[in-house]
Amino acid sequence: MSDALVRAEGLVKRFGRAAPPALDGVTAEIGAGMVTGLVGPDGAGKTTLIRLMAGLLAPEEGGITVFGFDAARESDAVHERIGYMPQKFGLYEDLSVAENLRLYAEVRGLPAAERAAAFARLLGFTGLAPFTARLAGRLSGGMKQKLGLACAMIRRPQLLLLDEPSVGVDPLSRRELWRMVRELAEEGIGVVWSTAYLDEAEGCDRVLLLSEGRLLFSGPPAELTGRVRGRVVQVRGIAGGRRAVLRRALGKPGVLDGVIQGRHVRLVLGADAQPPVPQEIGAGPEAVVVPAPPRFEDAFVDVLGGGPGGVSVLAGRMEGKARSAAHVIEARGLTKTFGGFTAAREITFAIPQGEIFGLLGPNGAGKSTTFKMMCGLLTPSSGQALVDGVSLLEAPGLARARIGYMAQKFSLYGTLSVRQNLDFFSGVYGLTGARRKAAVDGMIETFALGPHLSASADILPLGFKQRLALACAVMHEPAVLFLDEPTSGVDPITRREFWTHINGMVEKGVTIMVTTHFMDEAEYCDRIALVFRGRVIAIGSPDDLKEGVRGEALPDPSLEDAFVALVERDGNGDGGKSAAPGEAA
Amino acid sequence: MTLPRVRALVVKELLAVLRDKKSRIMLVMPPLLQLTIFAFAATLEVKNVDLAVLDNDGGKAAAELTQRFTGAPYFKNVFSLQGMGEVAPALQNERAMAVLVIDQHFSRDVAAGRPARVQLLLDGRRSNTSQIVQGYAARIVEQYSRDLSDRYGLAEPPATLVARNWFNPNLEYLWFTVPNLIGMLSMVVGLIVTSLSVARERELGTFDQLLVTPLSPLEILAGKTIPAMVLGLAEGFLIVTVAITLFGIPFHGSLAVLAVSLFLFMLSVVGFGLFISSLCNTQQQAILGTFTFMIPASLLSGFATPVETMPQFLQVISLANPMRHFLVAVRGILLKAMPLSTVLETVWPLAVIAVATLALAGWFFRKGLE
Repeated sequence: MSDALVRAEGLVKRFGRAAPPALDGVTAEIGAGMVTGLVGPDGAGKTTLIRLMAGLLAPEEGGITVFGFDAARESDAVHERIGYMPQKFGLYEDLSVAENLRLYAEVRGLPAAERAAAFARLLGFTGLAPFTARLAGRLSGGMKQKLGLACAMIRRPQLLLLDEPSVGVDPLSRRELWRMVRELAEEGIGVVWSTAYLDEAEGCDRVLLLSEGRLLFSGPPAELTGRVRGRVVQVRGIAGGRRAVLRRALGKPGVLDGVIQGRHVRLVLGADAQPPVPQEIGAGPEAVVVPAPPRFEDAFVDVLGGGPGGVSVLAGRMEGKARSAAHVIEARGLTKTFGGFTAAREITFAIPQGEIFGLLGPNGAGKSTTFKMMCGLLTPSSGQALVDGVSLLEAPGLARARIGYMAQKFSLYGTLSVRQNLDFFSGVYGLTGARRKAAVDGMIETFALGPHLSASADILPLGFKQRLALACAVMHEPAVLFLDEPTSGVDPITRREFWTHINGMVEKGVTIMVTTHFMDEAEYCDRIALVFRGRVIAIGSPDDLKEGVRGEALPDPSLEDAFVALVERDGNGDGGKSAAPGEAA
Repeated sequence: MTLPRVRALVVKELLAVLRDKKSRIMLVMPPLLQLTIFAFAATLEVKNVDLAVLDNDGGKAAAELTQRFTGAPYFKNVFSLQGMGEVAPALQNERAMAVLVIDQHFSRDVAAGRPARVQLLLDGRRSNTSQIVQGYAARIVEQYSRDLSDRYGLAEPPATLVARNWFNPNLEYLWFTVPNLIGMLSMVVGLIVTSLSVARERELGTFDQLLVTPLSPLEILAGKTIPAMVLGLAEGFLIVTVAITLFGIPFHGSLAVLAVSLFLFMLSVVGFGLFISSLCNTQQQAILGTFTFMIPASLLSGFATPVETMPQFLQVISLANPMRHFLVAVRGILLKAMPLSTVLETVWPLAVIAVATLALAGWFFRKGLE
């Protein structure tokens, strides 16, 4: 690229002498008039690279120029020309939307004469015009990001650096953000969009794929995806359990990777490998193998050398739960009001044993409120939440003993060692003596935590943190497992390993409830409840939901399409919780 | 409430503090530093006073009196003024804390056995110091006139006051400050440990994780109270040790009695800490809350100023202040071997405070679930 805005040459950056380098010899270019995706799991070095581009860090080795200026030494000249939106954008939550804009105009030195026009342009562009008087702290996650984008755009930068703008943003708002960024790229601005969501890579013009500080790939995403072309298949028409089919398929030689997609199983094959015969993997007489379009993630896993196996050691060690026909999780008319605001209204569903049940919904729609009521973190204003037939309100201790809980940010005690974390969680779940020792030793063996036992949880590699968090959540063999965006930001290998365990546990009769923004996680669900404006607006299997919105405009809807369409169908102009495209324009 | 679950919480809480090098240092170093700084800085003793003397008399008696001021240990810099015109500027520019003006008939009056007059002008802006300097000056002048009476064979004044300071015969100011600091510094540690630990867990999301375990609010409360008590008591005894060994504060009482009152004191402090933390969502709020509590608690404790001199309503409020009760006990135990029965009469309100604050904290933890 001759017109590159950013040129990085052999960048190396370390934080602390003992730590592995955050960036390790990265050479890359960023072009104008396009969206460059900075893609990789948490800890891959995305933020470090963005901060180097913004002239906020100096590289240890190598050099980086932005618009021809040395980013480290001539950072003032760089700052003049860029817009930067950090992960937690510096919005002042106690200021209104308009006040935030005014503040950034002041800070960035926008002449007073140009302000009115700039504000009108940005407010129109982001669809925030109706909400100028609202406090930034009261905006939904998606709207906060839009305001953050507007503030970063206040001086019409030539290069826009966005650090994980789509974290915590529901699919609807995510599409909005993408539309805006596309428009900016068409105006000739260079946009850098960093993300851990691999599906977003496909929307970029070029991609820099980072993993553990190294650049694995740089180029148009289709180029990487091309390497697995013809090697991706879907097993359709599966009779019986698709989780068992996936497990058996992953055991076959030549199958590199596999995930569940609604009622189908998606497989990536090794080079020159033949797809497995459906009947040999127990998919039933009707099952067929059809080619599927490759995705960026398939290629990423292929680059990393394939996914983990399909057998969960954890599930193998567990005793099967006694089967029962009764519903394991039940919500009966759950309602929660905060002051005059009803966050959840008459939520009712029932989850049978051995099902993965997903709660989806836009930010602020009542999904988290419902989830919290189900695991006992919120007391419902009316209605009942039952776990294993026990009411969380009437017998909280008894009900909670049957629950395992794992949150997005793995709620581990960072200063405690791996073993101390295990000891603690086994202790608070009331395990004692030989049972406790057996449970802790079992987890150490299952998750291969042995070499890390005395390391503090904080310094564990992400993959091991995930394992430890899961170990702590399931050590007491709960009947029910609650997962809150469990694999957000982790690399695809770790995510597959995680879902292998979950699938294995489900086969043993554990019931799972998961809340997520992450469509890949949603695809693992048997059923999904879509929560919007405090109510369940749709409930069904991922395929049912997709079917429900199939039409001329959407001949082959993805789960995200279904999500967006169902929410829009339920209510355009919803008062700004998530501005629909119509009102934003 | 089951023991193993609470034990797991206690062990976790202690490890979380003690495994972290920074927080280990934080527990030991700042209190010791503060102890040293406070012990020497928070003194109401007045030494090194600058005194100006305007001697209008110039006689022998005047010189003798001036000599006595110069020789007293409190006055460092005694200098002469040349005329009335220099008096006001000396005080205004703070060159002198006080001006001793000797009347021009002073020596003659003394020689004649008539009442003689000296005037002391003080810088009232520093009200406390000026009162103390006035006391010093009065004593010097009184001693001088008594010596004169002896010399000339005059009658003693009809009544004289002979003062002895019990428990601290030399009025060592450290003997007062350091026992007070035992209370104040262990309160700081107890408050910070408790109020931050819950807020930190809220910030990291581990508090949610705790709430979904079978732990009851009571168990969580116990699991937070016990480790804070252990750390607070250890801190308290560390300061006591330093007070005795380094500062040479006498320890006349019994260690067991001190332990009992320190225990009750820490329990009420931890109660306040947990109560503050049950209202806070972030560590920043917790720190602010702690200081909002700590400053009035120190002011209303009788440390800096006697509680008895405060307006009635503040005296009533100060009854809820753990420091107020504990300081009486700790000074009593160290300096005059206060027996257990008397100590209990002093510190029983601590038990009431502890029960009230812990109950409130527990109630708010539960309420936080809604």
